[in-house]
Amino acid sequence: MSFTLEGVGFTHANGHRALAGVDLRVAAGERVALIGASGAGKTTLLRVLAASLRPGSGRVELLGSAPWDAAPRDLRRLRARIGVVHQAPPIPPRQRVVTAVLAGRLGQWPLWKSLASLVLPVDPEGARRELARLDLAERLYDRCDCLSGGQLQRVALARVLYQQPDLLLADEPVSAMDPALSELTVALLNDEARRRGVTLVASLHAVDLALRHFPRVVGVKDGAILFDLPAGQVSEALLRELYAAEGGLPLAGSPLPSPSPEAGPAAGTLPPLRCA
Amino acid sequence: MSATLRDPAALPRLGWTLTALMLLWPLLQLADFRPAALFEPGNLAAMGHFLAGFLPLETSPDFLALLGRATVDTLAMATAGIALAVLLAVPLGVVLTRSLSVSAIGPGRGGWVGQAVRGAARMLLAVLRGVPELVWALLFVRVFGLGPAAGVLALGITYGGMLGKVYGEILESTDARPARSLLEAGSGRLAALAYGLLPNAGQELLSYTVYRWECAVRASVVMGFVGAGGLGQLMDQSMKMLNGGEAATILATFLVLVLAADGASEALRRRMA
Repeated sequence: MSFTLEGVGFTHANGHRALAGVDLRVAAGERVALIGASGAGKTTLLRVLAASLRPGSGRVELLGSAPWDAAPRDLRRLRARIGVVHQAPPIPPRQRVVTAVLAGRLGQWPLWKSLASLVLPVDPEGARRELARLDLAERLYDRCDCLSGGQLQRVALARVLYQQPDLLLADEPVSAMDPALSELTVALLNDEARRRGVTLVASLHAVDLALRHFPRVVGVKDGAILFDLPAGQVSEALLRELYAAEGGLPLAGSPLPSPSPEAGPAAGTLPPLRCA
Repeated sequence: MSATLRDPAALPRLGWTLTALMLLWPLLQLADFRPAALFEPGNLAAMGHFLAGFLPLETSPDFLALLGRATVDTLAMATAGIALAVLLAVPLGVVLTRSLSVSAIGPGRGGWVGQAVRGAARMLLAVLRGVPELVWALLFVRVFGLGPAAGVLALGITYGGMLGKVYGEILESTDARPARSLLEAGSGRLAALAYGLLPNAGQELLSYTVYRWECAVRASVVMGFVGAGGLGQLMDQSMKMLNGGEAATILATFLVLVLAADGASEALRRRMA
């Protein structure tokens, strides 16, 4: 079992109830999409799964251990095995791309190695390899403030790929990307999870992306799970109920003719942004 | 205008402004602040007479040699003092920074330990900078005798307290999300500092440190009066002998040093931009 949530609830300090009675069990290697209207609780749920938010009630077990009963050292080790792709890339603008990607392994490296890597990158080849999968290899030594929003999001993705986590979480990973790039990025995440046999949970605003790429789809509404079904069994009626408040289904737009999971983003789709 | 469009914050703002002014007025009275006294004819003449004593600048080779030697002493004292201050301030400032707290994530266990350590660090910094450097210097002169050693130690301690407090505050006001995401991926505090906070905060930390170095150069005047050596001691001697020309040359030297510090800070900031 990759993780188990039993009766998980969380209420914000201002009294807003973000999660209530959430039960979710996901086996190792499963790929799950979280869908639902904005404010439904998808991000809160992912933060609980990332061991970064302690739920007010219920039981959490991640990768075989209970994070909130663990000793600080064990909790740190557990967190190093969980990779999160954030909605907004949490990368300082002045940092170089190579440093931002190598930062993925700070949880695994001893301190001396982390600090030495600031002086001279210890594994530029590893960083370049992950960037190459996202078609950004030639930006290795550029500064992150020279990148476009979509490129920066791909750098953040490369960091998580470099981390090689056992549990891969993604919170709206394609929110700053155009439809074609979104398609390829979601395909890449799925490809990575399949290749390494790790668990992937991604929240997606676009329903069609979720249904096309993920075998299992979980609909979240008002802090609770509305349905948890194989992608093929998610009916039109269920989706209408899920998005009742938004008055329509959010879609990513027309997909590419046939996105192959192997291919990286096509070179032509990238904005030719360069720093002098 | 409709009542619903009225800014609900406007009235409290006006109230606070009036309160602040009402508090300020008696304070000015207590401080005996009468700027008009500056321009009374008798006072203007007295000031003019005092300032006229500073001209012309003293430029005899003997004095310049003495001045050069004292300048080097002062620079050495200020630099060594700031180096010591940074050594004190970095660990304390990092300890103060709440955005590097691992137990705050969740929140997890042991949060009270972090709070206690932060409280202790805050106290220690307050004691270090709460005692003026002149008092520290008077204390250390009794151990090391007259000379720069006492000055270095006194500067290091007081400025360590100031730097530590400001380092902590700069780090806290820096975007916490990069460091937070690293901590959530299992990174340690120091690695999160180096990869998450320093890229954004480094420039400001550096320019504040250079500014403190500039202050330390000036503070060495005060230290000179307790016999800690350098430009301050020279200034003390010149003033006691009522030699205005020498004092003016020393003041000009300070001005040059401050301008140099300003230039260095600007160049470093541009380099790091």
